[in-house]
Amino acid sequence: MSTQRRWVSRILDGYAALVLVFLFVPIAVMVVFSFNKPRGSRNYEWRQFSLDAWKDPFKYSELKRAFLKSLEIGGIVTLIAAALGTLMALALVKYRFTGKGLIGTIIVLPLTMPEIVMGFSLLTLFVNLSWDTGFWTIVVAHVMFCVSYVATTVKARIRGFDWRLEEAAADLGAGPVRTFARVTFPIIAPGVFAAALLTFALSLDDFTITYFNSGRVRTFPVEVFTQKRSRIPPQINVFGTMILLAAAVIAISGVLVQRRRNRLVA
Amino acid sequence: MAGSTASASEVRPARWWVPWALMLPGLLWLLVFFVIPMVSMGKLSLDDGGFGNYADAFSNYRELIPRTFLYAFLATVICVLLGYPLAYVIAMRGGRRKNLLLALVVLPFFTTYLIRAISWRVLLGDQGPVPRVLRSLNIIGENTSIVGTAPAVVGALAYNFLPFMVLPIYVSLEKVDRRLLEAGPDLYASGWRTFRKVTLPLSLPGLFAGSLLTFIPASGDFINVEFVGSDAQRMIGNVVSANFPKEQFRPELSALSFVLMALILGGVLLYARLLGTEEIV
Repeated sequence: MSTQRRWVSRILDGYAALVLVFLFVPIAVMVVFSFNKPRGSRNYEWRQFSLDAWKDPFKYSELKRAFLKSLEIGGIVTLIAAALGTLMALALVKYRFTGKGLIGTIIVLPLTMPEIVMGFSLLTLFVNLSWDTGFWTIVVAHVMFCVSYVATTVKARIRGFDWRLEEAAADLGAGPVRTFARVTFPIIAPGVFAAALLTFALSLDDFTITYFNSGRVRTFPVEVFTQKRSRIPPQINVFGTMILLAAAVIAISGVLVQRRRNRLVA
Repeated sequence: MAGSTASASEVRPARWWVPWALMLPGLLWLLVFFVIPMVSMGKLSLDDGGFGNYADAFSNYRELIPRTFLYAFLATVICVLLGYPLAYVIAMRGGRRKNLLLALVVLPFFTTYLIRAISWRVLLGDQGPVPRVLRSLNIIGENTSIVGTAPAVVGALAYNFLPFMVLPIYVSLEKVDRRLLEAGPDLYASGWRTFRKVTLPLSLPGLFAGSLLTFIPASGDFINVEFVGSDAQRMIGNVVSANFPKEQFRPELSALSFVLMALILGGVLLYARLLGTEEIV
């Protein structure tokens, strides 16, 4: 019986390890192909090892421009969405009021709607309002879906907190600003920080909604898609690898911080 | 409302408008840029032709609509087969490495979506490693391509949305009371029986949420067809995006988008009704 169970566990572990490896196969391809010297204009087939793309990552100025544009949009979107989403999360976690269920549903819906539907319908709105699509319509679109992510992430992190601590601070003579700065903010800060990182990553990565609402402005993913018709240089893989490295550093430091906190609590 | 059980820490606001004031900017943003566009798209789908536009959409894209949902469904099934065991091992046997393993599941998806699609194109391309291995094993013929086939598209879709399956299943497995699992063998149930009678039913909310979160983006996707598919695999997203921007206001396209939305909305509302909105994300 127990040997049989041990075998089952082993097979399960092996299977799970294989799935985890599978998740990284395309990523490995991306990294390896950043060192390729492709034959034609598209980096689809391996030819020979080369450091060319890494030596000159900004060779294609459109790619560089689009990448910087993505960072700029990501920064603005993160600031707006983190603020609006956190306020929503606070209201939902802290207070009891009628209409809460409906609000919860409105917040969840953008997370469950196909991006193509959101992108397409938002474009119809901008055209109806005769707003030219471009930089600010991208920001508007990104904030729209990121607000929902922030609200749900922050909500999950601050649920169950005892809000009477705020009253205690007020009773002890702290004004509203001081209460927020000394009591409320330290409690919500880790959740807000996590949500802000997620927002930045989502904004940087979004293609579909952006594609419909970007006009002539090109973010990094839109630029890659547009160039697909003519060329796919290894520089794209270099950018991808750099983004991955940044994400890995942030994710690993997040895990380490979490671990340390758990140890401190234990 | 299921799922939003009032917790003890909630307070009644001193003034009724306080929570609404906090929510106002975010809520306005969602109303103006999410709810209103959906409604206006619905209206647009009925422009000059009324429900006839839907009939047009269905008859013009007779193969496209079922194909889209078939691909999304198959991708979801593959995600369950790959994702459930992974979530199970991390939740039940991950120990102190749980957070690290979860970070590893999510990490690949921090590279740009488009670049992952390019990598799939490399892997499946005629000179790529996957066809070479399959050819050497005589599974496919010398001149058979994988790019431009349904399995290529379904496989790429499954890959792209796998974490959306793993994470909700993990969350619901994590919550399972371990004492219940110990009770199984104590009562002489086999491991498989304990799994079937205890673990699996308790993880159903996660399984359902994961399936929705996989099926929805997969059914709206058009990138994977662009990179590893061909015209023969076109999905709804390809038609909507290909006719953009020059024909963005053809009511038929709105009708097509609306069909996609309505079906999915139905699924989500059913879910919310059965299990509440808390579990879905």
